[in-house]
This record gives sequence, C-alpha cells and structure tokens, in this order.
Amino acid sequence: MSASAAAHRDLPRIYHKVGSLRAERRWALWTSYASLVVAAVIFLAPPFYMLITSLKTNAEMADLSGNPWLIREVTFEHYAAILGNELFLGFFWNSIKVTVLVVAITMAISVLAAFALSRMRFWGSQALATGVFLTYLVPDTLLFIPLYQIVGGLGLLNSTWGLLLVYPTLTVPFCTWIMIGYFASIPKELDEAALIDGATWTQMLLKIFVPVALPGIIAATIFAFTVSWAAFVYPTAFITTPDEMPLTIGVVSQLVRGDTFAWGQIMAGALLAALPPVVVYAFLMDYYIAGLTAGATKG
Amino acid sequence: MPADGTLAAPVSAAPRASSLQRLARRRSTIAFVMTLPLIAVIAGLVAYPAGYAIYLSMLNRRMDEFAWFLNYEILVESETFWLVVWQSCLFAVTAVVLKALIGFWLAHMLHHIPTKGQRKWRGMLLVPWVIPPALSTLGWWWMFDPTYSSINWLLAIIAVPPVPWLGEPWWARVSVIIVNVWYGAPFFMIMYLAALKSVPEQLYEAAAIDGATGWQRLRYVTLPMMRNIISITVLFSLIVTFANYDIVRVLTNGGPRDLTHLFATYAFQVGILSGNIPRGAAVSLFMLPLLAVFAFFILRGVTRRNKEMA
Amino acid sequence: MAQVSLRSLVKEYDGGVQAVKGIDLEIADHEFVVLVGPSGCGKTTTLRMIAGLEEITRGEIAIGGTVVNDIPPRDRDIAMVFQNYALYPHMTVFDNMAFGLLLRKFPREEIRRRVDEAARILDIASLLDRKPKALSGGQRQRVAMGRAIVRNPKVFLFDEPLSNLDAKLRVQMRTEIKKVHQTVKTTTVYVTHDQVEAMTLADRVVVMNHGVIEQVGPPQELYHRPATRFVAGFIGSPAMNFIPARLEAASGALNLHLPGGIVLPVPEERTGRYEAAKGREVLFGIRPEHLTERREGRATYAEIEITPEVIEPMGMETLVHFHLDGARDLCARLDPTVPAAPGAPIRLTADLANMHLLDPQSGRVL
Repeated sequence: MSASAAAHRDLPRIYHKVGSLRAERRWALWTSYASLVVAAVIFLAPPFYMLITSLKTNAEMADLSGNPWLIREVTFEHYAAILGNELFLGFFWNSIKVTVLVVAITMAISVLAAFALSRMRFWGSQALATGVFLTYLVPDTLLFIPLYQIVGGLGLLNSTWGLLLVYPTLTVPFCTWIMIGYFASIPKELDEAALIDGATWTQMLLKIFVPVALPGIIAATIFAFTVSWAAFVYPTAFITTPDEMPLTIGVVSQLVRGDTFAWGQIMAGALLAALPPVVVYAFLMDYYIAGLTAGATKG
Repeated sequence: MPADGTLAAPVSAAPRASSLQRLARRRSTIAFVMTLPLIAVIAGLVAYPAGYAIYLSMLNRRMDEFAWFLNYEILVESETFWLVVWQSCLFAVTAVVLKALIGFWLAHMLHHIPTKGQRKWRGMLLVPWVIPPALSTLGWWWMFDPTYSSINWLLAIIAVPPVPWLGEPWWARVSVIIVNVWYGAPFFMIMYLAALKSVPEQLYEAAAIDGATGWQRLRYVTLPMMRNIISITVLFSLIVTFANYDIVRVLTNGGPRDLTHLFATYAFQVGILSGNIPRGAAVSLFMLPLLAVFAFFILRGVTRRNKEMA
Repeated sequence: MAQVSLRSLVKEYDGGVQAVKGIDLEIADHEFVVLVGPSGCGKTTTLRMIAGLEEITRGEIAIGGTVVNDIPPRDRDIAMVFQNYALYPHMTVFDNMAFGLLLRKFPREEIRRRVDEAARILDIASLLDRKPKALSGGQRQRVAMGRAIVRNPKVFLFDEPLSNLDAKLRVQMRTEIKKVHQTVKTTTVYVTHDQVEAMTLADRVVVMNHGVIEQVGPPQELYHRPATRFVAGFIGSPAMNFIPARLEAASGALNLHLPGGIVLPVPEERTGRYEAAKGREVLFGIRPEHLTERREGRATYAEIEITPEVIEPMGMETLVHFHLDGARDLCARLDPTVPAAPGAPIRLTADLANMHLLDPQSGRVL
C-alpha cells in the first residue's frame, strides 16, 4: 500500500491516499463505537433486568405474554418489603460491621508493613515482599476448609468475629502489595529531607508518607472495602444462622426460598446489597481503577 | 559490615557499635515490629492453614486416625472427581481466553475513541466487575429461569427455540462460562487499557514512519510492550477463575447431576455440606499443583522480560 | 563557629567498592566550597556523609569542632537542598519551610517570622500559600533554599541543586545562590558536576575524581595552575588541548617538538622549571583561549599552522576544531572577524605564557 504511494508521486494519487486514510479512520471510529455500544448493552443488561424485575408487580412478572424487558406498572412494594424485613436489615448491619472493621485492620496492617518493606531494609524484607505477592495469588477457596477447622477450634464459627479473623487473608496481601508500590514511588530525597528536618520514623510515616501516598491509600481502602463486602466463600462456609450472615450469603440463601415466587424481592435485595460498592465506584472511579491496575503495573 | 572503632567516637560510644549503627539496628527492629501484623496474617492465616490442610487431608473421615493418602486415592478413583477436574479446566481455560479476547478488543476500541468520551464508556463497561458476583449471578439466574427466561424471550424474536440454560449439562456449562466472562471481561479491559496507555505515543509514530501498518504496529509494538501486563492479568484471572466458587454456587450449585462442579464448589459440598472435612481438604489441595504450575511459568516469563527490559 | 573538617574520610559499600578513598578537607567558617567532578567521583557521597545520610566507613567528620560521625542528621544542625528539591508535595510553601521548625517545636510567631524573613530574601513571599505543584522550577528551587535558610543551620549542603533547571534559569539561580550566601554567610558545601557553576560560586573549588581529591584551590588558581591533567582538562570550556610533544635542549633554551614538525620555543621564564624534563616525552597543554588568530608583540607568542575541520561560530567568538598528527579533537578560539573555512589552512598564535607541560605517565603538571 505505502510502497505504491511512494512509487507514484503524482498529486491526484496523493490526494486519493489522504481521502482513503480519512475514510479508514472514520470506519475505525465507527467500529469502535459499534463495539462499545454492543458491549455496554450486554454488560448492563443483567443489572438493568434486575432493576426492572425489582420494580414489577408479581402479577406482571408471572404474565408471560408481554415483553419481560419492559415494565408496565412500577411498584416499590418489593423495596418496601425488603427494607421492612428485619432479617435483611440484620444482614446489612453485619456487612457494615465486618467491612468497616476489616478495612480498618487491613489498612493499619498494610500501611505499616508497606512502609517498613519499602523504606527500611532489614533481614528477610525482600523475602517477605515476595511472600506478600505469592499469598495474593492464593485463592480463598484453597484454604477455606482448614480455616473452617481453625475458626471452629477457636469457637468462632457462625459468628461475625470469625469472619473478621479470616477476611484479612483476602485483603491484606494485595493492599500491602500496592502500598509498597505507592511508597516506593515516593522519591527517596523526600525522606532524607524529612530526616534532616528532624522527623522521626513515626513522623515521617504520618506526616509525609501517608499524605503523599493518599491516592494509593484511598485505592487500597476501596479495594479492601469491595472485597470484604463481596466476600462469599467464607461466610457461606462459616455462617449458618441468618442473624450472623452478611449480605451476600444472606440474600442468596435466605431470600431464595424453594418455590415461593419472590423474584421481585430477591432482585430488590440484591440491588440494595450491591449499592454500596457501586456508589463507591461511581464517586471514586479513578481511585478504584488505579487500585485495580496497580497490582499488575507496579509489580 | 565490620564494626570498627578505629577513631573512637567521643560521646559514649558503645564498645562495638557506633550509635549510628545502633540507630540502624534499632531501625530494623522497628521495621520488623511494623511488619509483625503482616507476618502474623501470612503465617497464621495462610501458611499455617496450608500446612494444616495437608495434615487434614490425610485423616480419615471421622478425623480420629491417620489415613495417609487414602483420600487422594479415593478421589483419583472417583469418576465424579475427574469430571470436576475436567470441568474446572474447561471452565477456566475457556472463560479466561474469552475474557482476554473480549477485554483486549474492548480496550482497543476504547483506546481509539476520543479521550474525552473514554471515561464515560469505561465507567459503564466496568459495572459488571463492581457488583459483587454472588449478587449479579442472582440476576443471571433469573434471566436463565426455564419458564420466565428473558434471554429466551429475546432469542424467540429471531426464532431460536428456548434454550434449557441450566437444565441441560452442556448448556449449564455454557451458562456458567457466560456469567464468568460477563463478570471478568471488564477487568481485562481495564488492565489492557492501562497497558495501552503506558505505551509511549512516540513508539507508534516511529513505527508508522518505519512503514508499519496498523496490524504490524499491534504485532510488533503494542503486544510486546504489553506482554507483562497481559501475562500477569491472565495469571490472576486464571487462578481466580479456576478457584471460582460464587457463580457456580448460585447458578447451578453443581448440578445438573454434579456436572458443573468446580474444585471449590465440590470441595465445599464434600467438606462442609457432607461433613467429610479431610476429603474436602484433599479436593481443594488438588488445585495447588495446577495453580503453582501456572504461576511458575507466567512469573518466570515476567521476571525474564523485566530483566531484558531493564 | 561552623567550620567543617573531613579527616581521612572513607566510604566503602558492601562488596568492598570504595566510593570515597580517604579524603582530607578543611572548610572554614562562612566559606563557600564547591565539590566538583564527573559522576561517580564520590562528591555526592561525601556530601551525604556530611549530612549524615550515609554512614561513614572510616575517618571522621567534624562540624564546628564536634565529631558528628555518630550524630543523626537531625541533630547535626545542617540543612540540605536536593537535586529534585524534595519539596513535600502535600504541603504549602509555608508549611514546607516551617516543617523543620515545627518538628523542633519552635513557637508559632518565631516560625512565622523566620519564614517571612526567608521568603523576603528569596522573593517568594507571594507564593507562601501555594503547593509545590503550582510552582515553576525556579520557584521550587527558591522554596528548597528557603527551607534551608529558615533553619539557620551551621552548614548548608547543596546537592546539584541547579541541574534540573533550564540553562537560562540556571544562570539566574546561580547568582541568586551567591547573593543568598553573601547575605546569610552560612558555611556552604555545594556539589555539582558543572565546572562553570563551581568556578562562579566557589570561594574554593575541590576537584574530585575516582574518590580522591585532585586539587583544592580558589577558582583562578585551578584555572591557571592546575595540578593534574584531570583538573587541567576538567576546568575550562572548551577543554584544554593536549598535544604529545618532546622537550629538547637548544642552545641554552628549551624547544618543544610537536608532531608534524612544529617546534615551539619554551618561554625563558619557564626554562628553569622544565630543566629536569629535558629530552623527555611530555604533554603540551594549552587552552583554546590561548590559541587564537595571529597576533604579534609578545615574546611568548608562537605560530602554528593548522587546517580547520569544523568551524563553530558562537557570536562573540568562533571555535575552530582541528587535529594534528597524534593529537585529535583540538580547538582554538578565534575572533569572529577572522575568516576561517574548513579545509583552508590558517596560521594561529599560541600564547606560550599560558602553556602547561604534563608528565604523560603520572598526569602531574610539571
């Protein structure tokens, strides 16, 4: 293509070339938008359908004659029912309790450890950093059985405290890992300046590192939050009575009851349960994405 | 480092170490203390359970006797277990390949549109990843419902007969993969997009001047520059997909006839639901060598490339 | 009282690599000393040892008469300006400058007063509420200096502070630094790889190479009387020309035999000095500024014919690059009005009053 253009240097040919280039570009742009629209429709269809369902009356849902993707009569009865359901509110409370505590614990552990690992070389620090990365690669479903035994041995089965104990395995390695990356990107001169200014290690961490790495800390916090909110295997394994269940397993196991036709409520419950991470995402999207990609790009 | 006292320090220097060295030593003590909670988490909640799992898997069902490799032998001879292995591999490989391809395609498309609009599209396309999978799978379950399936309704418009999504083994397998791809493709997309953005524009300009076509630029500039991120993303996804639990648990719970079980759901069924803890531990431990092999090869490639680039 | 003494200072890294190989240096109170040398010569390591950021392997450092080997940086009463400024990105200019005082628990009013004073000296009073991100390179540089000034320390340490600035700003900030030093008169140790900076700023220049001090002295002395080939080549731009030569006796005088049959008479006042090297191979060193268009009128003038290879008109002068047999990359500095063209032989005048002879083996200046 380009060879022929080089061979024939007459003007009309070049103009022709330019024209086709523009057409090519327009076509590429069109393909891009088409792909994105198709993807967006498919990606958003399930949550959209969940929303539609949650707003339909049971009668409309049971009616097979109409288009299931449309809604004729909007009702909030399912939301009213689910929000009046003490069990569901209990799930919510349990999720909040566990998540807030786990996020706090995780951030304390990982910020401290990442600071030490990125700035104070000590015996075994390199091995520990590698260990952190490898533990991140261990999936939660690999160890839930021994953890079930361990948590059981501590008498914490069927208790949110048991969840509090094991959730850090989901969050700490990754958060530490990305915090190491963020701290390592702070120029070394900054600690030296602080050292000369007279800062102690604690002052350096609290007054320099934490504020400077704040985007990283926010990203890690979001990660810890979404992971503990969405955790499913551990609560499914460790929690058996509804009053100790967090949202995920609560909605899945308690609202779905045999043949009772409760789809409206299930969808309302699932959407409400998904709301906190979605809201966090909506408001802090850039931090969310930074945290997501940090694991691979900073590794 | 040798501690030396050739020039005696005037202020109360300890006989062996100068105070700066003492400071350094105190620093590593502080550092160690700061990492203690992390070490406790890794040792107590990952390393110890891993060892404990091996021990557990060698007990008999009542857990009062050491049975050596009995559990493993029973598993290896069980047809269901091999179905689980087969299904896990099929599921993980198919899903990861599809996620990677779709993610790559979308990342490219996103990269090509004007920067102004990218944020909006990116925001929309990442939604599946943001909803906790256990909850979004509930939505899919409802969409797959044999009587009320809204997907079948759409298919009916183009005259496709109703699909028994969760009722028939192969369709159930397909359904599980669809949901997983739906959930995971945005993650690949976002990773690839980050990688694409990290390729300096000048490289493309240089390649264009060297006479590379669009395809050649992709082949010789984009892909090599993105190899590490692609590898790491594939590794993460392979592990997480292979060890997936929530989607299968919610969608099919292993059925029909135990044909959609993955390692995790099968281990759960055997270990927790049927109460055979040692057997369940053995099932999940079977994942370990496979995961280790993936991790080894991919990470080796990444470190080698890092060294070459450095 | 803030003289700085380095005594047999050695820095050895793990693995036995010596970055600093035992240097001695006395820096007087109020003095502005510049450590200069190519990268890897140990100048920054030396500075960081003075700051307390690197451990001292052997030897000792005293500040104001106190040995500080074992004193952590914060208690050494020093301030440092870093190459990339190391401003705290999350703090305003005021907070950046106040941070060190705050940690030392100075009273609020005192901090305010000192920061305002420093801001006035550096002309950054209007920037105090900004974050470093909103500042230009030169402004950041001023803030970094302000951070050092407010502390009123015994010693200022500068680690290549101007190398991140563009050429014009660099010249401007150089003057600024000199002005500040004339105002506050704090003992200053300044590290740079740029010999122009070294020459313009320093009371005394310390030229370092491969972890040792090559020569210490005021700028003019280093320029006119370099002690070694390294210093002769490092100080001055374009660098000094070195031409292999032979020193021969000729009827009571000495002659230099350059390659290509060029013979230069050694000025009379130098013959005594070079007597010992008679009959030996030497290196003839002459700066481009002493190799000019044809002139007459002094006994020390000698003529050389060369063929220009590359002509570089600089405006106020013209650089002519050429080579002789056995000596490449030579340079002469001509008046721009003198016609010169590549390939057309011209005659130059070498002012031998400014010549140097070096021992080619040891590199010492004879």
